[in-house]
Amino acid sequence: MALIELQGITKYYEMGSQVVKALDGIDIEVAKNDYLAFIGSSGSGKSTMLNILGCLDKPTEGMYHLNGKNVEVMDPNELSEIRNQEIGFIFQSFNLLPRANALANVMQPLIYRNIGLRQRKEMAMQALERVKLGDRVDHLPNQLSGGQRQRVAIARALVTNPSILLADEPTGNLDSRTTIEIMQLFDELHGEGHTLIIVTHEDEIAQHCHRVVEMKDGTIFNDSTVSSGSAKLTA
Amino acid sequence: MLFALFESSRSALASIYAHGLRSFLTTLGIVIGVASVIAVVSVTEGMSSFIGDTFASLGTNSLTIQSYTPFEDQMKGIRARLTPEDLELIERRVEGIASITPLLAASRSSQIKYGSQTAFSQIMGTTYAYQDVSQSYTQVGRFLAQSDNLTRRRIAVIGEKVRENLSLPENPVNEYVEIGGEWFKIVGMLEERGDIMGMMSLDDIVLVPYATMVSLQGNQTRTDIQIQLSLSESAEVEDVSQQLTILLRNAHNLRSDEDDDFRIQTAEQLMEELDQIISMVTIVVGGIVSISLLVGGIGIMNIMLVSVTERTREIGICKAIGAKRHHILMQFLIEALLLSLLGGILGLGIGFGLGTLISNAIPGFPSASIPLWSIALALGFSGFVGVLFGILPAAKAANLDPIDALRYE
Repeated sequence: MALIELQGITKYYEMGSQVVKALDGIDIEVAKNDYLAFIGSSGSGKSTMLNILGCLDKPTEGMYHLNGKNVEVMDPNELSEIRNQEIGFIFQSFNLLPRANALANVMQPLIYRNIGLRQRKEMAMQALERVKLGDRVDHLPNQLSGGQRQRVAIARALVTNPSILLADEPTGNLDSRTTIEIMQLFDELHGEGHTLIIVTHEDEIAQHCHRVVEMKDGTIFNDSTVSSGSAKLTA
Repeated sequence: MLFALFESSRSALASIYAHGLRSFLTTLGIVIGVASVIAVVSVTEGMSSFIGDTFASLGTNSLTIQSYTPFEDQMKGIRARLTPEDLELIERRVEGIASITPLLAASRSSQIKYGSQTAFSQIMGTTYAYQDVSQSYTQVGRFLAQSDNLTRRRIAVIGEKVRENLSLPENPVNEYVEIGGEWFKIVGMLEERGDIMGMMSLDDIVLVPYATMVSLQGNQTRTDIQIQLSLSESAEVEDVSQQLTILLRNAHNLRSDEDDDFRIQTAEQLMEELDQIISMVTIVVGGIVSISLLVGGIGIMNIMLVSVTERTREIGICKAIGAKRHHILMQFLIEALLLSLLGGILGLGIGFGLGTLISNAIPGFPSASIPLWSIALALGFSGFVGVLFGILPAAKAANLDPIDALRYE
């Protein structure tokens, strides 16, 4: 059975008297250890797609199975729990807590799992070492470079050992050299068996993934496997 | 739940500490409110325990009888009186009295002169029995004697305060003072008795023989005396006051539907009345102060609302990584609670300092003391204010939509 299964997902917004169809009938399956990119221009519905996949938002209609659970019927508190258990978010603007240091940021999601302080620290240290930031644990986000911040965010996503890593334009705020670093990290995580879904508008990033889903006007326009595997990124 | 409580307290404290100055200013209303409550309570509390001590030393076995005219009758020009005849009647008929003395206040003028010095004092005519009734004795010279009364001698016994006011010598005996145009020789000075709450001096008193005072008054038909008496050891206060009531009602020809035209007061009653006044003051001031706590609470709510707006994005992040509604609610609620509790503790310290300062600044004032209940009340109330005014901002934070919150700039 697929890790993610979407059937007939629609998302309508009412803007005054007009109804905007952000998603208009999406059917897709994502298997475990997939390395997938959603691509499309702005307004194509890929942000809405990310919100639905990340359980931040509920579809207007349709069915969403995540790791065997029916997500579309859940209330906000259950969705919070699903996000905590199943999803690791990586955002374009990092979204770290500004007044907490790297370690505290990575420990934060574990608080919502009622894990004690000592074990939280241990798990967070492991995650930070995994992203090679073991020596920066007591730095505040504004004392870190963009690439380091994104690695803290990735550590925070990894620490809960989620089913999927969901990245929203993860390299959008980074220079090309750091972009390569982060994409290499993604490759490694994929190699370790993680399932990665990246939402991007950059072709280069998308081509790096193993499967590219192109969106247009709220529908899936093209779903293709990249035959050559990971394309090389150049600085 | 306990875990979440603990984690929320930790992050609330971090947040309060991160905005040190702002947190202090926010809670200033609570600080001032609690400080004033504690200052007032500690001062009045010290006062009432002092009053208790004072009256206990006055003795609980003495009674004072005064005439009493209701206000309505006063307007009609009617005045109730206690007369020397009443005194005689009581002396003869009431059982259980150890000593009894009349007291007649000077009605014309309470001015007293010595050389070029003039002072006002409580001038009263009384007898040798006053000494036993009020437990006041002379430190130099002698007290009024029975013979002084019979011969209407112009002599006076004064209190320490009067000596001071008139700049009389250390030993004022045999000096002459002028009262109501007549010369009086000082024969004795009373032991110092201190004052009540630094205001009413018990030593500002001039005693002259009762008969002398009567003759000075002129119009005898309007004489209205006070009667002070002390009870013999076996007598009951209740029993004696009942005897007195029956006797005086008969003597004054009161019908059964008429009210007493006199009042019998015991030292205990007086103490209770004073206590009542003090607790009234405490309640009124407490009421005013609780309004300031309310205002302080609104200040906290205001800043918490600002803080929620400021931290909207943080709230969004926390929700995205799995915070449930109650995690966010608890964090902001506890932050408001801690903010106002810390204010309460600070106010407690300042209030006690203020109370101590006040009671030390006024000489003769009893020292301040804080009862436990006022500490509990102050902290309880400030905590309550914190929760009450923290609910709205906390609920606002908890109900934020994660997508909107994440997008908030």
